[in-house]
Amino acid sequence: MAWVWFHRFGSPPYFYRLAKRLTPWVAWPAALLCVAGLIEGLGFTPPDYRQGDGWRILLFHVPMAFLSMETYIVMAVSAAIGLIWRMRVANAVAASCATLGASFTVVTLGTGMLWGKPMWGTYWAWDPRLTSELLLLFLYLGYMGLRSGFDDISRADRASAVLAIVGLVDIPIIHYSVDWWNSLHQGSTLIGTGGIAVPSMWVPVLMMIAGFELYFIALLLLRTRGEILRRERNASWVAQELGEAPPDSAPSGPPLAHPAAQRV
Amino acid sequence: MTPRRRRLVLVLGILAGVGLASALALRAFQQNVTFYFDPSRIAAGEVRPGESFRLGGLVQQHSLVRTPGTLNVQFVVTDLKHSVTVRYAKVLPDLFREGAGVVAHGHLDDQGVFIADEVLAKHDANYMPPPVARSLQQAAASTGPADPAAAADGAH
Repeated sequence: MAWVWFHRFGSPPYFYRLAKRLTPWVAWPAALLCVAGLIEGLGFTPPDYRQGDGWRILLFHVPMAFLSMETYIVMAVSAAIGLIWRMRVANAVAASCATLGASFTVVTLGTGMLWGKPMWGTYWAWDPRLTSELLLLFLYLGYMGLRSGFDDISRADRASAVLAIVGLVDIPIIHYSVDWWNSLHQGSTLIGTGGIAVPSMWVPVLMMIAGFELYFIALLLLRTRGEILRRERNASWVAQELGEAPPDSAPSGPPLAHPAAQRV
Repeated sequence: MTPRRRRLVLVLGILAGVGLASALALRAFQQNVTFYFDPSRIAAGEVRPGESFRLGGLVQQHSLVRTPGTLNVQFVVTDLKHSVTVRYAKVLPDLFREGAGVVAHGHLDDQGVFIADEVLAKHDANYMPPPVARSLQQAAASTGPADPAAAADGAH
């Protein structure tokens, strides 16, 4: 059966252990790439002919902007998988994405503002690219707020999945806003016409993109593991994994059991 | 229809519905979601005198005039078909340059001069080290434009 891998991937203990094994293999290359990209980008790459050293802000801005959108796609797709196939791991992944994505969006907007003041002459303009990216931040915050409104985790999953899927429409708008409308924001740095002229400038940018990409994967694996533990806290495999006695045999009941059990 | 299939159809339905609604809304907005007007649209009479709006285009070569002792500047914004004269009395941003893009907010006075209260410089998404820009300038010097920015832009 071709779907066996899919079902195995959807088993929380299997995913938990896989994620645990994979994390160092992703985290270390991420750290190395980011440090190397930073040293290269800040120490050895020439300044821009017009922006001077200010262009180096884009070493953070471009990877973070990429990730802010990519995280949303990962979140919405896993939420949809969780909604349709009731796959617990997918729901855990979606729930783990929101804080990461919101943080990436905040860094994108912040670094963009720091760059915008000296270069454009203003911190903020209601330009289509900037406005749609701000909307993305509100989508993440809305997703997180909506989830926190439910006590029952599977209800939170279902309701927030619908919001995540609806919000997906903002992603192509952010991406194409600079092509569709007159905007203050410049076009894509790496895709399309123009862009970076010399390898000595795009190499550190690509290193930072690759590094932050792996950084995101490492964080997502970590957060998903935490999310799975929280959701499966009463399962015996969790007790086994954490080297504790299974909940049933504990004399005073499990520490994280149903709230009713804790009220004596 | 199994419940799973029903949920799949539901999700695809939401995607299609929201996608279609946004596409229609964006089509309707196409004319209005404009961050700035270019000089041709002003020449076509799309803006009323006295109305505040943003003007966008290229700063015409050799059109920048500074009034000594003040911040007052005057320059011409062009889209290569029509042009508008702009007056401004504040500090210009770093990327402001003749031949480069600007977006200015302000209004037209009676003479059709654009009185700007904010001038923003547009970045053209070209990045290169100064020596590359210089050699592009030298390469272009024999063929005509003497301005480094124009020469560098011309290379793309």
